[in-house]
Amino acid sequence: MATENAPRSMYRAREGLGVWEHRGEVAAVGIGHGPTSRRWDGKPDTSVGAISLLALRKAIEDAGVNPEDIDGLVMDELTTTGAFWPQGQELPWDVINAYNRTDAPLDGITQLSAEWILKNMPELSGVQFTMYGRVCMSNAIVVAAQAIGEGRAHTCLVLKAWHNLPGRYYQTGPNADDAIPGTNAMRSLWGTPACYGTAIQFAEYCRKYGKNHDMMAPFISNSRRNGLRFPEGYWAQHRPEEITPEDYKAARWIAKPANLFDNDIPIMCSAAYLFTTAERAPHLKQKPVYILGHASSRGQARSFIPTLDEVEAECASSGRKLLEAAGITADDVSFENLYDGFPQFHQFHMEGLRYRGIQPGEALDFYQTDISISGPNPVSPSGGNIGSGRSRFWMHTDCIQQIQRRAGERQVTGVEPVIGVSGGPMPTGGNFTCWSATPNY
Amino acid sequence: MKQGVNPDDLTRPFWEAANEERLVIQNCTACDRLQHPPAETCSKCGSGAALEWKQMSGRGRIYHYGVVHDCPIRLLQEDQPFNCAVINLDEDPGIQMYSHLPGTPVDEVPVGAAVELVFDTAANGQKVPEWRVVTDN
Ligand SMILES: [Zn+2]
Repeated sequence: MATENAPRSMYRAREGLGVWEHRGEVAAVGIGHGPTSRRWDGKPDTSVGAISLLALRKAIEDAGVNPEDIDGLVMDELTTTGAFWPQGQELPWDVINAYNRTDAPLDGITQLSAEWILKNMPELSGVQFTMYGRVCMSNAIVVAAQAIGEGRAHTCLVLKAWHNLPGRYYQTGPNADDAIPGTNAMRSLWGTPACYGTAIQFAEYCRKYGKNHDMMAPFISNSRRNGLRFPEGYWAQHRPEEITPEDYKAARWIAKPANLFDNDIPIMCSAAYLFTTAERAPHLKQKPVYILGHASSRGQARSFIPTLDEVEAECASSGRKLLEAAGITADDVSFENLYDGFPQFHQFHMEGLRYRGIQPGEALDFYQTDISISGPNPVSPSGGNIGSGRSRFWMHTDCIQQIQRRAGERQVTGVEPVIGVSGGPMPTGGNFTCWSATPNY
Repeated sequence: MKQGVNPDDLTRPFWEAANEERLVIQNCTACDRLQHPPAETCSKCGSGAALEWKQMSGRGRIYHYGVVHDCPIRLLQEDQPFNCAVINLDEDPGIQMYSHLPGTPVDEVPVGAAVELVFDTAANGQKVPEWRVVTDN
């Protein structure tokens, strides 16, 4: 069975599409996470394939479905955090041969195909629909929701995994060369790190609205505090370190005004969800969490870096599209879990959605109020990437768990967890989902 | 020091002009619209045939800047920390170029200030468009 990339038509990227045609017809019923690690240690049972098998089996068990009843698998075959298998380095045959391999030897190690998953999970004998929702869990979620809504599958696994290899991020390859091709040089000759574009947008945001970098401190502290209450996360599992406002303000610059804590940490991790129809969901083990709507953003920057004007326009559009798709208003949202990797663009997502009515330029003031899980205005109760490492999926897991009231120490207590929103990654390109305790809110 | 540049088919006119201390930017004659970075086709109308290289005046303004303390490029690491600004061209402020702003002290960048074109030399001798804050009136 050849697995194809989801067609563009499965993403609701245009404005004016109205309420999602499958509003409340799809539910999340299972969650599974593999263990996290900073980098792969080269062993078979910690490879990206291995931790994904674990995540998938946990999601199935969590939902209480018979694996044979699962008929769909939506995932991303790209798993790199920026790390690639070094050219010329011998392939890890002991790891490759520990599993049922595909034609690509590094499948399950630096990439992950649906074929590899199915070859190594013989219990999934009923899967007849596979598709790639490329880039992030936010893509895979949207594609799986759409697939179930359209009747392509009725019980579907949704998977996203990341691998990371030894060596420092982005310091090898062309960045170490004496000369680079002219096309690459247009962009990379000036040596800007990955956070630079967001830092520029944030700098312009601060100039336009009279804000400053220190005003991010409560958000960063809150995010890490929430992350340390996320037992599936990297920081909780390996380095339970808080970030105090003082730590944040004293951290070294990467590309000022972005410092160390304005960047997330690349890790290995894997998460899986089980989605099914609203008809089947009530008969399973967990309280179903229904998808009211989804929306995508496909903004195009005119030149190298999206300007603040471009970012704000695109985020406002994404917010409108998501609320329209879900058939709700911003006032209906109990809590938000919009993306934070980089944290300096979290406020663009939040303002675009008009969370708690905040307008462009107001989010950093909002951060100075009670944004904790026990207050009336929880911000990023998942803790996001700052709280648990770069996965781009903590936000989705948290929305499901909060509404199921299974978020443990992270459970929001200042609001009724009825409607949650998650999504990202980029302000000018991402996918957003609205989750609900009931199918017909 | 900046890495060397090996001009490729798409960007050769840009780099050849730079070696003559001229700045040329791709322009779609069908749309009368500049685009940068260059591409095989116009991002608006999709035409490849209508693309030309158009010489710029060499005037612009600083949109904003960052100070790079942790640079991924080996050859630039010895220059850390350094300014990196985004320049908007006067011909079309939607067109951006990067600049290290030679002559401007680190983190003392006048946002919004006028800049003029100068040229830096990369590791392999290729000249590279750069920008300097205009100090006289
Ligand atoms: Zn054109």
